[in-house]
Amino acid sequence: MSGSEFVPLSLTPMLIGLFAAVACALPGNYLVLRRQALIGDAISHVVLPGIVVAFLLTGMVATWPMMLGAAGAAVLAVALIEGVRRLGRIEPGAAMGVVFTSMFAAGVLLLEQSDTSSVHLDVEHALYGNLESLIWLDATGWASVIDPEALAGLPPELMRMAVTLVGVGLFIALFWRALKISTFDEGFARTLGIRTGVLGLGLVIVAAVAAVAAFDAVGSIIVIAMFICPPAAARLMTDRLERQIGWSVVFAALAAVLGYVLAGYGPLWLGGQDAVSAAGMIATVAGLILALAARFGPCRKRAGAPAV
Amino acid sequence: MLELASNKGERSADPALDTSPLAIRGLTVSYGQKPAVFSVDMTVRPGRMTAIIGPNGAGKSTLLKAALGIVKPLSGQVRVFGQPLDAMRARIAYVPQRASVDWDFPTRVIDVVMMGLYRELGLLGRVLGRHRARALDCLDRVGMKDFALRQIGQLSGGQQQRVFLARALAQGADLYLLDEPFAGVDAATEKAIISVLKGLRAEGKTVVVVHHDLATVRDYFDDVFLIATRKVAEGPVETTFTAETLQATYGGRLATAQVDQLSQALG
Repeated sequence: MSGSEFVPLSLTPMLIGLFAAVACALPGNYLVLRRQALIGDAISHVVLPGIVVAFLLTGMVATWPMMLGAAGAAVLAVALIEGVRRLGRIEPGAAMGVVFTSMFAAGVLLLEQSDTSSVHLDVEHALYGNLESLIWLDATGWASVIDPEALAGLPPELMRMAVTLVGVGLFIALFWRALKISTFDEGFARTLGIRTGVLGLGLVIVAAVAAVAAFDAVGSIIVIAMFICPPAAARLMTDRLERQIGWSVVFAALAAVLGYVLAGYGPLWLGGQDAVSAAGMIATVAGLILALAARFGPCRKRAGAPAV
Repeated sequence: MLELASNKGERSADPALDTSPLAIRGLTVSYGQKPAVFSVDMTVRPGRMTAIIGPNGAGKSTLLKAALGIVKPLSGQVRVFGQPLDAMRARIAYVPQRASVDWDFPTRVIDVVMMGLYRELGLLGRVLGRHRARALDCLDRVGMKDFALRQIGQLSGGQQQRVFLARALAQGADLYLLDEPFAGVDAATEKAIISVLKGLRAEGKTVVVVHHDLATVRDYFDDVFLIATRKVAEGPVETTFTAETLQATYGGRLATAQVDQLSQALG
């Protein structure tokens, strides 16, 4: 495939998929270890009322109000989940289940009651994403990568996802030590003066922001898969958190690139006609990587039983 | 005298609040409706080993956690070396119950001990050779140096407990609070832990241990603190650890035969 075809049609969707996958996989490491991985599911449901409210307030289908609405709903959901968990003294999974189903239901009611039928609030888009449509028409070949005029025509999702990824990376780098201690031993972390409640909330909010940015670009399937599959597979490859995070980035990137290529060309290789959904294929590849790691990973034995 | 009293306010009314390594006044902690710890006063004496004794659910761990700010009390006051807790965190080391963490966590023995250096390293401080050397030295003191690079899940219960103790040693504190360090450990580990704790006491450090084995109280500890939601008794083992106070602490839960046996052991 030549650059004149690859750069405009495949480079940007592939990069956006890659950034989204890694931005979700990074916080996913901590969420999986804290048994909070379901938060990806929760956020994917609660953004619906946020988007509807944003539409009702602004009356338009524009990116920024919708993203702000979604982010607001995600943060509200996170606060509600924490509230339900603490006041009800129940496990986080149950609190998430209660909050996200209620908020999703409220979103459906809101959508039905308000006069949005005339507007195309695309739920399908939110679910599967439109990765394939994020093309870079101003590009003519590899030379465009250094051509300012062509660069101005880059899809805005690319920049948004890149900024989100940098933000997520900074949060984890900055709070690396405190996050590790409070994830392993919260009580001990508190005796050191680490504000574990605030830190935990910060982690979930960072995850929510990554999720919302990724929904807009690639849809919720990738988000849910990337929060769980790369970190879980990475855990099976190593017994050290530092390396686990490295592996999760590798797996997320591999799933994004391989999934995108397989979706675009796989059916053709098999003699089919049309490409399949890239988001669906990326999530599927992530699942396959997890399956392979579960079968062949060097650290797949549960440590529970003492070896000595 | 009058002037002194007015200057120092309520402090002079209770001098132990200013001097004790750990002084607790009127502490009440509640999970839901029922109080776990009710209006407890405690004054730990410096340079001594104190056992917190009481039946299951008597609030032993909760007392420790409230003293450390891990759980929020409904009311009460905690003073550490005469100061509020937050000002004195660098002088406290804590060993939680072994079962309170997930030992499948992806980390190595040495990394767990390094967590004890958090207050020294801060959020972003670089780990230097001398930090690693200190962590290894702490592991050596509990006889676990050879296990430094093992994943923590590969250790036996007793070894895990020793790693937790090494982490507390790395904190370089003056007051050590341990929650059931002898629960479910082998004899060798129990011996190693008690010898480390006695070593700390010899250095003038203060050690407080939530303890469940009544048979070893007399051998291991200087002071006892008996609790059954409320404080029952507090003082030196010789005078406070008696059949009467034990009966009052455990009530019907401690069989009379056990009390008799203990009375004999106590002379």
